[in-house]
Amino acid sequence: MTRIGVITFPGSLDDGDARRAIRLAGAEPVRLWHGDHDLGGVDAVVLPGGFSYGDYLRCGAIAAHSPIMREVRDAATRGVPVLGICNGFQMLTEAHLLPGGLVRNDHGAFVCRDQRLAVESTSTAWTRGFDQGEQIVVPLKNGEGGYVADADTVARLEDEGRVVFRYVDIDPNGSVNHIAGVANEAGNVVGLMPHPEHAVEPGFGPDTGAAMRSGVDGLRIFRSVLESVLAG
Amino acid sequence: MPVIVVEVMPKAELLDPQGKAVAGALGRLGKDRFAGVRVGKRFELTVEGPVDEAALADAREVAETLLANGVIEDVVRVAEATA
Repeated sequence: MTRIGVITFPGSLDDGDARRAIRLAGAEPVRLWHGDHDLGGVDAVVLPGGFSYGDYLRCGAIAAHSPIMREVRDAATRGVPVLGICNGFQMLTEAHLLPGGLVRNDHGAFVCRDQRLAVESTSTAWTRGFDQGEQIVVPLKNGEGGYVADADTVARLEDEGRVVFRYVDIDPNGSVNHIAGVANEAGNVVGLMPHPEHAVEPGFGPDTGAAMRSGVDGLRIFRSVLESVLAG
Repeated sequence: MPVIVVEVMPKAELLDPQGKAVAGALGRLGKDRFAGVRVGKRFELTVEGPVDEAALADAREVAETLLANGVIEDVVRVAEATA
């Protein structure tokens, strides 16, 4: 069975939900600890949401220098799929595994809503199960989710199809070009601010036209990586 | 022990929502001569031994690699604190 590691940092909140999402997608979740130098031979890695180290210094900045991040960096270079969700996305930018950075929401407030996204790239390890341009709805909850990068970087991301998710209807945090998630050049490392792991089980996801709380769009991100791992 | 001060500011071209919020509060104090506010950070590194060029070089290195994120911030000052 495909094994997907979820790293717990001091202050991680959504590691439990990420492990649950992995199990519901049909893989075996593996607990990993920020202080170890060991990824346990997992096939893919998730950096979960939360407020690692109390978001001191900058969101994700101290976690990006955790012991296990050296192994994450090596794995990412080898092509192992890595997903950063929210605080995990912030860590990946702080670790320079993804370009750009995340700053305080332009309106200054924390935002929590079910957010519509367009899947802009299906050539990443985490989105191959979607159709290009398909729209999904997953929860979003952040105070510092404004994606920024210099103009050259943004142009390169757009040209190379590395904008993976884009906000639809409203831009909840003032992100440049409404960018919600990006990938590295190889497409194995993806980060996004919204939370797919909170939309994986009927009864606990966003509302849909069919029924309240029935949205499970996030599950397909975890199923996509299973396909990617099996495809080698 | 001597102290090296590192000052970090959000990049000028980026919106600084924190500064904007503070500027709004200044307006409510009636101090409308202040046209804007930007909020940065000051770090004080206590140094074992003298503040020589090697210590300042180390301070500049940690400023660029950890204390500031060059994507969103600029290191604007690395210097020994004066008493």
